[in-house]
Amino acid sequence: MRLPLLVNLMSAPNTFPALLLNHAAQRANAPATREKYLGIWQTWSWSEVATQVRYMACGLASLGFKPHNSLAIIGDNRPRLYWSFNVAQSLRGVPVPLYQDAVSAEMAFVMDNAEIEFAVVEDQEQVDKLLEMREQLPRLKHIIYDNDRGMRHYTQAGVISIDALIELGKAYDKAHSSFFTNSVATVLPTDPSVMLYTSGTTGKPKGVVQTHAAMIGAATGGVAFDKLTSADQVLSYLPMAWVGDNLFSQSQWLVAGFTINCPESAATVTTDLREIGPTYYFAPPRVFENLLTTVNIRMEDAGWVKRKLFAHYMAVARRCGAEILSNKSVGLADRIQYSLGNLLIYGPLKNVLGLSRVRVAYTAGAAIGPDLFRFYRSIGVNLKQLYGQTETCAYVCLQPDGDVKLDTVGIAAPGMEIKIADNGEVLVRGASVLKEYYKRPDATAEVINAEGYFMTGDAGVIDADGHLKIIDRAKDVGKMAGGAMFAPNYIENKLKFFPYVKEAVVFGDGKNEVTAFINIDIEAVGNWAERRGLPYAGYVDLAGKKETYDIIAECIESVNADLAKEAGMADTQIAKFLVLHKELDPDDDELTRTRKVRRGFVAEKYAVLIDALYSGKTHQFIETMVKFEDGRTGKVSADLQIRECSTSVKRVAKAA
Amino acid sequence: MNNNKIGDVILKVDNISLSFGGVKALTDISFDVREHEVRAIIGPNGAGKSSMLNCINGVYTPQQGNITFKGQTFSHMNSRQVAEMGVARTFQNLALFKGMSVLDNIMSGRNLHIKSNLFAQALRFGSWSSAEKEEIRNREFVETIIDFLEIQPYRKTPVGQLSYGLQKRVDLGRALAMQPQVLLLDEPMAGMNIEEKQDMCRFILDVTDQFGTTVVLIEHDMGVVMDISDRVVVLDYGKKIGDGTPAEVRANQDVINAYLGTGH
Repeated sequence: MRLPLLVNLMSAPNTFPALLLNHAAQRANAPATREKYLGIWQTWSWSEVATQVRYMACGLASLGFKPHNSLAIIGDNRPRLYWSFNVAQSLRGVPVPLYQDAVSAEMAFVMDNAEIEFAVVEDQEQVDKLLEMREQLPRLKHIIYDNDRGMRHYTQAGVISIDALIELGKAYDKAHSSFFTNSVATVLPTDPSVMLYTSGTTGKPKGVVQTHAAMIGAATGGVAFDKLTSADQVLSYLPMAWVGDNLFSQSQWLVAGFTINCPESAATVTTDLREIGPTYYFAPPRVFENLLTTVNIRMEDAGWVKRKLFAHYMAVARRCGAEILSNKSVGLADRIQYSLGNLLIYGPLKNVLGLSRVRVAYTAGAAIGPDLFRFYRSIGVNLKQLYGQTETCAYVCLQPDGDVKLDTVGIAAPGMEIKIADNGEVLVRGASVLKEYYKRPDATAEVINAEGYFMTGDAGVIDADGHLKIIDRAKDVGKMAGGAMFAPNYIENKLKFFPYVKEAVVFGDGKNEVTAFINIDIEAVGNWAERRGLPYAGYVDLAGKKETYDIIAECIESVNADLAKEAGMADTQIAKFLVLHKELDPDDDELTRTRKVRRGFVAEKYAVLIDALYSGKTHQFIETMVKFEDGRTGKVSADLQIRECSTSVKRVAKAA
Repeated sequence: MNNNKIGDVILKVDNISLSFGGVKALTDISFDVREHEVRAIIGPNGAGKSSMLNCINGVYTPQQGNITFKGQTFSHMNSRQVAEMGVARTFQNLALFKGMSVLDNIMSGRNLHIKSNLFAQALRFGSWSSAEKEEIRNREFVETIIDFLEIQPYRKTPVGQLSYGLQKRVDLGRALAMQPQVLLLDEPMAGMNIEEKQDMCRFILDVTDQFGTTVVLIEHDMGVVMDISDRVVVLDYGKKIGDGTPAEVRANQDVINAYLGTGH
């Protein structure tokens, strides 16, 4: 089995444009890209994609795009934006995808840093954003848009549609018929294939330069590890600027040759997921969390019989589902119960979620709550974790089929080598480690040590079977005043598993007790309130209700009970909490674009609340600025209560 | 399509008067609408704005005056004739089929474009299968409207479950499905929040731009009217008190008086 694959890989093309042309030559009519447009899934074959890329590349060359130039790509997951990656690569240039919902200042910084002259964008919104920035970005000369809606009256220099670009390309191709082929032939595996900006939890975003060799290495390893084939189906709906999407919808797409499917719009993803029924699925924990929350809400509204059935079979699944998925030995009675449950509950449930055909599902980007993880595995979704970061092509550890431990991220991926430093930090070496941070030798030197290891910044341990367990960000891990280790993410993830809790931020480094900010999930708590006839006027009102505090307190106490049982965690039980009056939001800089909490920023912004938590107050008034989506600002204010919660378990445990 | 500059007069109303018993709703109103323009009708409550639209699209028959549409002059018309001539409208109080899906509601706007008879539509075989082709053609057009109005997530949702702002959008979609030359909008932004209003403004401007439709709209939000319309008619107590560009109307003393409520 292994040998033919290896031989195949050695003779295989070693750059992305070469891979694309290879698919176009060998599997010309196989579907490469799909997009739902006008309610119908439109398909482009590999040869059609290659032709489009050829024309777009020629068009770009005719506008003056040179090797080593960068091409900014901004927008939702649209086929022609995905192809733009290959367009830039075939001209030996570097695609630089940007988060389309980034505010102007962030975007301007990246555009300036990457020395962007050419940008391919989705629509009028992005064109307007770039035109506004033009004064700060003297280099930016060409803005090419995909969707011509509302663009008719734009006469600014350098603004053209992709259709016009393709026409330019056709003419150029006619005049220089060997240009494209020659250009592709000059691309080297050691050339940068993509530059991804890190979300910047700390400081300014840094451009991570990855080469063709690194991305192809990571993709090939992953494809072999999970036996992906050209028959697989992927739904491409995650931001293109995220390394995970780049790995799955670009690198593995070209390595394995499967089909990527672009949803109609961000709001239709759940429907599109059901229609496509992907076999290979990738989502950050948040998406799985939201799916489960929806399921739970709908079950709570269901009739008595359905509720009982659901509860019964979920208990069966919890008992043996994960074991059955991993092919471990399970008693006959349980097996019969499980297959009955599959018929009645798990099967239909997976179908509704669009996960029926999933062979391999991955989650990454943040740690996933073990209970959440167990839920999906127990209903038969082969959900696995992978661990990696932008700097390592999202590819360091993978969980092998049949050997999935709920609390680890798996074993070192093929071609990667991991090691734990003395301070607990995870170090990585291998093919897919970044080339450099763009124009930042200082930052590059900071993360790659003398032996060539990349320092991940995560604290972790490797267990006896070689599985890596990530505890927290190395810099977030602190110490309580009493000396116990304080791992905030670890606790927050436990909290976030509860459907009522959307976001949590815990504090405790250097303090004598742990406290928490909670963001309620307005949908789950709102539904809960509605069912008991509890009136509320909106988010702020609901968040401040005594009843809301009661259910949140229950969640926290159950987390406390959990923590009390774990070695070394008993002292980090949550003593006090408050429910925030507004949702933490990337527009207010409280979350990163990938929706991770910016701990330091939140602590600073809400310092008065933290003081209140530690000074024994029972309530605290706060007024906060909020930014609306259209850029205007407003204020919300509330008098927040502070609630103590029971940690008695800990004291009993200690006394014993 | 590419050159949607404001053109010749497409719709002209001359000396329209309408009364209900002793109540004079409209007195001697005349104005014109040019091709591809956004024409606003404004005025305080009860000024006769909706009555004016109702006269244009044949719901009311004015006692006096006539309407010229694309060179043809009429003194009275029924609403079907008006629709066939290419005038569509939306309503102040939504008149959608609440139990039907968004898709079906918008499809219903294609009614005038569907020629096959009931039997052909019910039994789709043999020579009647052209009904199916016809439906596919019409569905495709409806899909471009769904794409245009960005309501793809709600295709299959019953209209009654949608928010008010979205229902307004569906109402607009159904009117657009008729491929009208003139679109009459009766308070398209009433009851909307700022974001929904901004979206609706963009849609109205894009409609004139992309479909080349002429828009006549009634609106209370002065900011919206002044921003998006090319010319404005002001009515008060059934009389026309102002007509011109937004800047001209804003400077008109009669209009200022009507809006500030000076004694009559």
